[in-house]
Amino acid sequence: MATKTLLEAVNEALDQSMEQDQSVVVYGEDVGFEGGVFRTTAGLQEKYGEGRVFDSPIAEAAIVGSAVGMAINGLKPVVEMQFSGFSLPAYNQIVTHVARFRNRSRGKYHLPLVIRMPYGGGVKALEHHSESLETLYAHIPGLKLVIPSTPYDAKGLLISAIKDPDPVIFMEPKRIYRAFKQEVPEEMYEVPIGKARIVKPGKDLTIIAWGALVREVEKAMKNTPDIDAEIIDLRTISPIDMDTIVESVKKTGRVLIVHEAYKTFGPGAELVSIVNEKAFVYLEAPPKRLAGFDVTIPLPRGEQYFIISPEQIAFEAKQLMAFKA
Amino acid sequence: MIFKDFDPLKGKMLQILDQNGKLVQPKLEPTIDKDILLKMYHTMVLGRVSDDKAIQYQRQGRMLTYAPNHGQEAAQVGSIAAMKDDDWLVLAFRELNAMLYKGVTLEQSYLYWYGNEMGSKYDEGVRVLPINVPIGSQINHAAGLAYAAKLQKKDEAAIVYIGDGGTSHGEFHEGVNFSGLFDLPVVIVIQNNQYAISTPRRKATKAKTLAQKAIAYGIPGIQVDGNDPLAMYLATSVARERAGKGEGPTLIEAVTYRMGPHTTSDNPKLYRSDEEVEEWKLKDPLIRFKAYLIEKGYLTEEEDEQLYKDAKENVKQTFQKVETSGDVPLEDIFRYTYDEMTPNLNEQLDEYKAYLEKAGA
Ligand SMILES: Cc1ncc(C[n+]2csc(CCOP(=O)(O)OP(=O)(O)O)c2C)c(N)n1
Repeated sequence: MATKTLLEAVNEALDQSMEQDQSVVVYGEDVGFEGGVFRTTAGLQEKYGEGRVFDSPIAEAAIVGSAVGMAINGLKPVVEMQFSGFSLPAYNQIVTHVARFRNRSRGKYHLPLVIRMPYGGGVKALEHHSESLETLYAHIPGLKLVIPSTPYDAKGLLISAIKDPDPVIFMEPKRIYRAFKQEVPEEMYEVPIGKARIVKPGKDLTIIAWGALVREVEKAMKNTPDIDAEIIDLRTISPIDMDTIVESVKKTGRVLIVHEAYKTFGPGAELVSIVNEKAFVYLEAPPKRLAGFDVTIPLPRGEQYFIISPEQIAFEAKQLMAFKA
Repeated sequence: MIFKDFDPLKGKMLQILDQNGKLVQPKLEPTIDKDILLKMYHTMVLGRVSDDKAIQYQRQGRMLTYAPNHGQEAAQVGSIAAMKDDDWLVLAFRELNAMLYKGVTLEQSYLYWYGNEMGSKYDEGVRVLPINVPIGSQINHAAGLAYAAKLQKKDEAAIVYIGDGGTSHGEFHEGVNFSGLFDLPVVIVIQNNQYAISTPRRKATKAKTLAQKAIAYGIPGIQVDGNDPLAMYLATSVARERAGKGEGPTLIEAVTYRMGPHTTSDNPKLYRSDEEVEEWKLKDPLIRFKAYLIEKGYLTEEEDEQLYKDAKENVKQTFQKVETSGDVPLEDIFRYTYDEMTPNLNEQLDEYKAYLEKAGA
């Protein structure tokens, strides 16, 4: 089996989906001829032609709005927002139409489309290139939000997203696009949307993360052998896999949620609520969020304060273990 | 009158100085004071030198990403020089030369690209809005500045820059329409540098020119040789005059070329030919401007050499200062979120400080 980076896995998922299903089209800014600024769509235009893979004007609302029409009329658009920070001009289309067509038409129309976007910090970038905006999408009824953390999952989840009858926001943690390789099966396979992954079972403490932060949690806990943490990669932010979380917390009694999205009203708040509502009596310590500060993510000369480090994760894990009521 | 003579629909483009610095439209030669002409040229030389150096620094791993301006100096300096001191400059992100001309310091510019927000805090009295990365969104800001000026009867206008690719954005159209509707004192300069990252101009719109987009909004539009500082100056002066008289906005398409990569993480060889780049080299705005100034007796070869020498020294020293400026203080990432720190921000800052202390980090 070949080993691949997350970026290559995304490319392979797109390639195989296009090969298998003529209705899949791929477009966005610099996506066609150049194959994307990160090269996630490299080689696709050559293989499938300019009709199915093309460069769009710089107009995110047009990209997503046209995808709505295409999805209604027999295509499966997989569009790219160059960076999640630039998905906002399309936010109107996403919230007011993409998320609503099924409901608005009482099921007559539905939108099998995918909106891909690289996201997240830690890449020393300019303004609007480092955001973690999952809250904005997870909050909207009618959207699914999927975030892979490994090459294997990236391929399987993207294939599932393309096959999904509903619109999927697919956020790609660009910090780990090329960070490591993993064995990725040549054939097409699906990783189910809505299912979290237990990265490592454990009994002391549940740690929930997704995207690039999963690796940071793994690093942190490798260096903290005295705590047997159960690490959960959420993989799908919406809909949340409540069962896996609740079961884990019932076992461990402690939970740490790690995300780069802003803390206040962030996904961690929802996760804590689920834990409180469904596993309250099992808790041995207050649930803890380690999340992005409520500030605009800083430019590189201040970004190090914002980015969550393995040391911080280990520190919080120890604090949680030391908690006594 | 220039709008009739240089009608974009008739394929006309305003040029006064050709690529060799010869006056091809002597009647249109604008009268510009010697010291202004020299300020323009000095800015372009500093812009050129610091721009090229930024790329070098980046390649050496000493600078973050950078969006080069090489080739677009006249499009910026020719236009900004025709504006007035009290006017506002609204940026996209590839306007180093306009910024320098308007009083942003090289240190601030470098600091920004070095990843420090302080590089966007320009000096008191410098009427420049910070670099605006989301494509297209800045036009409406210029419209608002201009609306406020008009309502408060201030003799001010706003000049706003955008790239060719940016004209595809919805907000570009909203902003131009808004400005036109209320006859706002706005000058909109499209720097058509032929590419939006890898996407050539012809693949962004079916329209033959970008200038003609003005017509639908009921305002004049003109295509100008963007590598000709005199043509840019003339077109902008006329636009500024219109603005001052309450006649509304003007759309200027500066036809130019981005000689370098889109940013330092881009490889232009993937999407354009060396021959094309070579052709544009001959149209270098600094070559023709220098020839013009020498012809006028405002500049000598020796002075020119000295200008470059000084610029290089200036750039070296400025960058050294920036490079040793270090990281921003922790408090800085919090304190500019609101007028006053909120309870949750205070809590987050305290918690993080406590962590640093306990972890000995
Ligand atoms: C709304 C938005 N979408 C995407 C981007 C990413 N992006 C940065 S520069 C650029 C191309 C801009 O081209 P153009 O407007 O021609 O200006 P140039 O870079 O050539 O100066 C793109 C797509 C962005 N900054 N903002």
